Amino acid sequence: MSEKVKVTIDGITVEVDNGTTILNAARQIGGDIVPPAMCYYSKLQGSGGKCRTCIVKVTKGSEKDPRPMPKLVASCRTTVMDGMEVLNITSPEVLEARAGVVEILLINHPLDCPVCDQAGECDLQNLGYEHGLQKTRYEFERRTFERIDIGDKIQLHMNRCILCYRCVFTADQITNKRVHGILNRGDHSEISTYIQQAVDNDFSGNVIDVCPVGALTDKTFRFKNRVWFTKPVDAHRNCDHEKCNGKVTLWYKGEDVLRVTARKDQFGEVEEFICNTCRFDKKATSDWVIEHPTHIDDTSVIASNHYETLKPLPVIKPNAALQAANEIELHKTVKY
Amino acid sequence: MESLSNKKKVLEQKPLSFMERMYLPAIVKGMGITISHLFKKEATVRYPEVEREFSTNFRGMHSLKRDEKGRERCTACGLCALSCPAEAITMIAAERKPEEKHLYREEKYAATYEINMLRCIFCGLCEEACPKEAIYLDGPIVPADYLRKDFIYGKDKLVEAPLEMKK
Repeated sequence: MSEKVKVTIDGITVEVDNGTTILNAARQIGGDIVPPAMCYYSKLQGSGGKCRTCIVKVTKGSEKDPRPMPKLVASCRTTVMDGMEVLNITSPEVLEARAGVVEILLINHPLDCPVCDQAGECDLQNLGYEHGLQKTRYEFERRTFERIDIGDKIQLHMNRCILCYRCVFTADQITNKRVHGILNRGDHSEISTYIQQAVDNDFSGNVIDVCPVGALTDKTFRFKNRVWFTKPVDAHRNCDHEKCNGKVTLWYKGEDVLRVTARKDQFGEVEEFICNTCRFDKKATSDWVIEHPTHIDDTSVIASNHYETLKPLPVIKPNAALQAANEIELHKTVKY
Repeated sequence: MESLSNKKKVLEQKPLSFMERMYLPAIVKGMGITISHLFKKEATVRYPEVEREFSTNFRGMHSLKRDEKGRERCTACGLCALSCPAEAITMIAAERKPEEKHLYREEKYAATYEINMLRCIFCGLCEEACPKEAIYLDGPIVPADYLRKDFIYGKDKLVEAPLEMKK
């Protein structure tokens, strides 16, 4: 079962292993044709199939059975077959359906982006920007919850949650005993720790990184700064936790490390999970070996004023005489 | 060289005539113009005591607005600072405490908010970027001052005066 199969996505043919999902085949091609994914996470087994933002149209099932699939399919859960032809951004039907999915995801979302710490690196924000409407058609009261502290470092804003289950899978996978999950059903579903029991695990902080929205946020970074004013720098340290390799991204504001996150790849997924010691406790430059500034995509708001060299080139030629003259002027506190 | 437009006028310089050499008629004529201006309407105004009427889209000093209940609208989202081409705006956010609910509209607010009026170019992009309708450039012309440090306007100068509550 390891032979290669051919699949055509938006007219681009690629050869992938048998058993690959359409989403992963599209990611091998890369570029605009990759369907957005809110719940699927390649590092988490069993994730996907919940948010439906990755829907695509299959116009030809396979070489043997060329009938198209009757409905749009979730590309993260559908495996490719030989000769399959898929339409993503070239199909108006898919784009319309995706806009509908985004509208449904935003029904209960509070849209408090000016307050939310995730703004600027939020998947839902990007998705809404590309596919969403300017206004909501929903007329009813949005469901609201109180903020919940999960431990002393993580805060849960259930209002913002889109129920992607990523954090639940994270807890299932990287911890041996899970202490949080989803309570209730349907519209009443909510992520909870049950009687607000603290999530107590060395890797619990990773739920912050996997959360596609601002539902799970870092309390040590709460309202510290906006992400687009901070400067991400890749760094590492010798972490003594056996499962953590200490490779992280530090988010600097001036000389201070405001936040530590795992490194994310081009699809916004963490490369490797990091432990809570690295994430929450090591916030001094002396704890880390700095490598280089993190690459930020040009389309991201974080790319404004972000340089890919550690010391950006000076914009003004230093002029010692002029600076000395200004020194007096700048430090004057009285009129004469 | 030949002129391209043929608009060039060649002036001939003749020696001054007797009347011109006396200069007196020219002085009288010049004084006449000067004195006639004394009786005309003034073209200038006595700023800052008198101010001209601004056009409706004039952009002056910034003001941070309050909502109908007198709470500050600004939530320190940073979009004004991001949009500012001159990088004149800085702010530090803070979390609202439960007893401060009557002071700030959202759970986050700007603890300090500074605009460097020497950097500001009054382009109005901050006003356009603001999602909370919190900042408007509806004030007067920013007054002159002597020290550079006095041009960094904090919340004390920018936030609107609280509403007078009717009893």
